[in-house]
Amino acid sequence: MAYSDKVIDHYENPRNVGVLDAEDKNVGTGMVGAPACGDVMRLQIKVNDDGVIEDAKFKTYGCGSAIASSSLLTEWVKGKTLDEAQQIKNTELAEELALPPVKVHCSVLAEDAIKAAVEDIKSKQG
Amino acid sequence: MQLPIYLDYSATTPCDPRVAEKMAECLTLEGNFGNPASRSHTFGWKADEEIDKARQYVADLVNANPKEIVWTSGATESDNLAIKGAAHFYKTRGNHLITCKTEHKAVLDSMRQLEREGFEVTYLDPEANGLIDIEKIKAAIRPETTLISIMHVNNEIGVIQDIAAIGELARANKIIFHVDAAQSAGKVDIDLSTLKVDLMSFSAHKIYGPKGIGALYVRRKPRIRIEAQMHGGGHERGMRSGTLATHQIVGMGEAFRIAKAEMHEDNARIVKLRDRLYDGVKDMEEVYLNGDLEQRVSGNMNISFNFVEGESLIMALKDLAVSSGSACTSSSLEPSYVLRAIGRNDELAHSSIRFTFGRYSTMEEVEFVISVMHEKVKKLRDLSPLWDMFKAGIDLDSVQWAAH
Repeated sequence: MAYSDKVIDHYENPRNVGVLDAEDKNVGTGMVGAPACGDVMRLQIKVNDDGVIEDAKFKTYGCGSAIASSSLLTEWVKGKTLDEAQQIKNTELAEELALPPVKVHCSVLAEDAIKAAVEDIKSKQG
Repeated sequence: MQLPIYLDYSATTPCDPRVAEKMAECLTLEGNFGNPASRSHTFGWKADEEIDKARQYVADLVNANPKEIVWTSGATESDNLAIKGAAHFYKTRGNHLITCKTEHKAVLDSMRQLEREGFEVTYLDPEANGLIDIEKIKAAIRPETTLISIMHVNNEIGVIQDIAAIGELARANKIIFHVDAAQSAGKVDIDLSTLKVDLMSFSAHKIYGPKGIGALYVRRKPRIRIEAQMHGGGHERGMRSGTLATHQIVGMGEAFRIAKAEMHEDNARIVKLRDRLYDGVKDMEEVYLNGDLEQRVSGNMNISFNFVEGESLIMALKDLAVSSGSACTSSSLEPSYVLRAIGRNDELAHSSIRFTFGRYSTMEEVEFVISVMHEKVKKLRDLSPLWDMFKAGIDLDSVQWAAH
């Protein structure tokens, strides 16, 4: 599979790999995908008191584009409000990474992950 | 040591230089370029002589008569010709065929086509080690069964089926037995004078010959008949028409000649490489060998590295040319059907890497592979949420996943 330089860069030097405390009420966790499908993403975001995302961490089991999509996503969400983060579209991720058509589902998964993480925070904070 | 390291000998092999040299002699005006079917001049006669020699070399490797060798474009065509050809020819005798779920797609898709034409096919499940229980074949046989097709060596997991026993069973029941030997010829001893095999498919490019050429063995005693799939000039005794590709055939002949002379020496060396690789990685956590270790071809090692996904592992292994059972490396987005058939779950199928060694593999390369595997698997597990969960003692099967 011929990947773009951006995918390879994110894959080889993934940004923001790690874990945040899932119990923290300012931390939202989105876990999407399934091992059987070959990709599972766990995205975590931490918001400050102004509702702005100040940190984001991920771990991903999946192909190079799944790892790159989640790595790029953590870069993009930092500094955004929850509402802004929810507006991120998979097509933007796919375009930025020049994903081949067969890998577009990886960016869909990343979009699902941020939506799930935001939902998690919103439900925690009522 | 040159990078990347080629570890995909089951996908294809480079031509042996001795093969390439022979082939080059059959192309230009100065060379042996004639049409072997030309009976009226020396150009044709000379080409025909070389074809005869090559046919003898192929027959010699498997202890057959050269008259039993039919040239084809490769093992895929041989499988098609054998299965459709025999099923069609003997359709008045019966319409039931038996094969196994881990066969090559050339066999499975030929069977599917026959099903569309009204034949009935039994697809047997192999055991967890990849081998077929002969009792299951016995139980599947019906009065109207005309053909059993079982591969000799599996292309993904390298297991060697007991074709001697299956052949006895087939012959006793007057059923034609086809064997796809694309992955075994030149690696495992084959003696068609004792094996009860009626049709056998061969490929040149898996044993240091060129791509685009193969052969089908069609037994003469007892005589097996097949219906031609390619019609034309009546070449190959009417079983496969088309001008013979002299350079390809000469290349295949030379490759088979070399294999007969050198396979035991090659095997003894290659099996050490394979065993060293296995010893070097088997003590890592959550590593699974796919396929039986004993009944296994010398050059194949197929291992699942749990909790890392195969395609990302292949990306990490950019200095190694290997293949994976992961969905992401296939155009269908399905994980390996072979690993699924031996009962591996999707995760392990996604996490599998096939290393296949050959004539030009070295121990230095294997040592490099071992150190790379340790380093990269650790890197990807550090990135894997599944590894975190496994380490935290969470049973992944108990998690409600959102399949997509």
